[in-house]
Formats: sequence, structure tokens, C-alpha cells
Amino acid sequence: MGDAMWAGTVTIPGYEQAELEAYLARPLDDRPRGGVVVIHHMPGYDEAHKEIVRRFAANGYAAICPNLYSREGAGVSPDDQAAAARAKGGVPDEQVVGDVAGAAGYLNSLDHANGKIGVIGYCSGGRQTFLVACSLDVDAAVDCYGAFVVNDPPAQFPLKVKPLLSKAPGLSCPLLGLFGADDSHPAPDEVAVLSAELDKLGKEHEFHTFPGAGHAFFSVDRPAYRPAAAVEGWKKIFAFYGRHLAA
Amino acid sequence: MCTYVTEKIALDGAGKGGSGWFTVREGLVYVDHPYHACHEHTVNIDFTNPDEGPSARVAVELTEESALALIEAIQKALALAPPGLASARNGR
Repeated sequence: MGDAMWAGTVTIPGYEQAELEAYLARPLDDRPRGGVVVIHHMPGYDEAHKEIVRRFAANGYAAICPNLYSREGAGVSPDDQAAAARAKGGVPDEQVVGDVAGAAGYLNSLDHANGKIGVIGYCSGGRQTFLVACSLDVDAAVDCYGAFVVNDPPAQFPLKVKPLLSKAPGLSCPLLGLFGADDSHPAPDEVAVLSAELDKLGKEHEFHTFPGAGHAFFSVDRPAYRPAAAVEGWKKIFAFYGRHLAA
Repeated sequence: MCTYVTEKIALDGAGKGGSGWFTVREGLVYVDHPYHACHEHTVNIDFTNPDEGPSARVAVELTEESALALIEAIQKALALAPPGLASARNGR
């Protein structure tokens, strides 16, 4: 396998055919490959997520991160888009699902796509990953410390974020969950409730809670970065996608 | 964690953003992940004018200590000035 890739901004159709900006990276070789949709966290479509997209391409996948705040205007910087979206109460869950469906369809339309789609998200994107995996027909999902999957957000939260546990019967694919033992959102007891529910429903899942790590331990540009957990986490992600996104 | 909490207030003033000065109409205050500051969570304050689009924004991301110090400094500065000097009602 060669390691050359193409990476850059593309335009894709999202929910209700909205035109979305997205960052795509794909290998240049002609081997069949799965696709990965990366869901950015609430602060927005940033360099860290573009780096994650390139990492998947470097490992043989076509990967894309749709800008969930594209509707805030073309040519507007991503941080301003994120602030504007937040001021409006955030993006509705059904819109996220539609945008990810558009991104998945785009990946499957590319040359050498094998038709398999993985989804991954971090923080709020972890919650949205679970939402997507319970709403769309995908092949593998990775939830990195997504909060409010099980527990209700505090009452004063103005955004329309609801727990997702009731959607668990619709989980369409194996779920890899990567969490920090020191995280409070989601705390280990919330993760345990989700695991028990998936056990009860007979839904395939693999959860890992890393000691000495809190929230956002994958973030290389943040104090929360925990190299041991992140390195081991990436190994688990690639092993998981290797099993579920192969041709 | 992404807190999702956002306090919104109406403001009257002006700010200088990426494309120059604009009239500030709204303020947003939230404790969440920053976009740029190298901390896990910060107090984020956006001074905006929704009528002029998302780019009409002055953003700051402060530590909790900095935000509290800012509040105190604003209160001290106002206390040292004649009452009502910077009021919107003054000079109208």
C-alpha cells in the first residue's frame, strides 16, 4: 500500500440537500477501501479534526469531516460559524443525521469505495456518533467520550440535547467506546449503564475506559492529552475498523 | 465536556473584529472548550451583531480566574468614574 494521499475541501450535499463544506482525505492507490465520517466537536470544524481525517487516509481509508456549521455562511471562519450556531441553540439532531448521511453517501460515491462506512466523533461528536449509529445503516461506530447519551443534561442547558438511550434498540452496527476513567461527562457509571443496556439488547459493543485519562484525552493540542491512552485508543480504533470496514 | 450552556445578553456598544469596527448588539457567555486557548475549558465571551452576520464577532477565551478579575476590574473602573458617565441614557 502506498502512503500518498489527496486532502482538501470539497462540497457535499447534507440534510435537505443543503450544500456543506467538508474536508476529505483519501489514499491515492487503487485498493478497495472503507470510508470514515469524522464528526467534529461542538467548538467547530477545526484543524485538529482535519488532522484526524488525514490520519485515517494515511491508514488506508477515505475519510471526511463535514462542517456541521456550514449553514452559517460560506467564507465565514469556522470559529465564527461555531459561535453563530451556538447562539441559535446548536444544530438539531435530525440535521446532524442528515448531514452525516450525505457525507457517507459522498464517500460511497468515490472510486474504490467498498461500501462500508464507519463513523467516529469526539465529545459532543461522540454523542452524535451514537445518534447516527442508531439512526442510519452504518458498519462501525466509535464514540470517544460522548456525554449525554445516557444522562439528562442539566436542566438549565438551553440546547435541545436529549439523552439517546431510548434509541439503542436501533443501533445498526458494532460500537467501540473509548472513555477516560477520570471523566465526569460521561462518568464511568454512565458508561456502565450504556454497556448494560447494549448487553441487554444483544448489541455488539466494545468499551474501554483508560486509567489516568479524563475527557478529551485524544486532543494532542490540549492539556488533557494523555499519550498512553491516546496511543492505545488509536490502536483499538484501527483494529476495530480493520475488522468491520474491510471489503 | 461540551457544556452546551450559553448565557445571552443584549448589549449596546462597539467592537473591533477581523474586518474592523462594528456595532455590538449581543453578548454570549459560555464555559466550554475554547477554540484557541490552550486550556480544557475557558470562559468564552462573544461580542456580536447578528444583523451583520457571524463574522461580526469579537471573541475572548479566558480562564475562570481571568474572567473573575475582568468582572472586578469593570466594577472598579465604573466605581471610579462619575455615576452614569458611560450610561446609554447619558447625552441623549
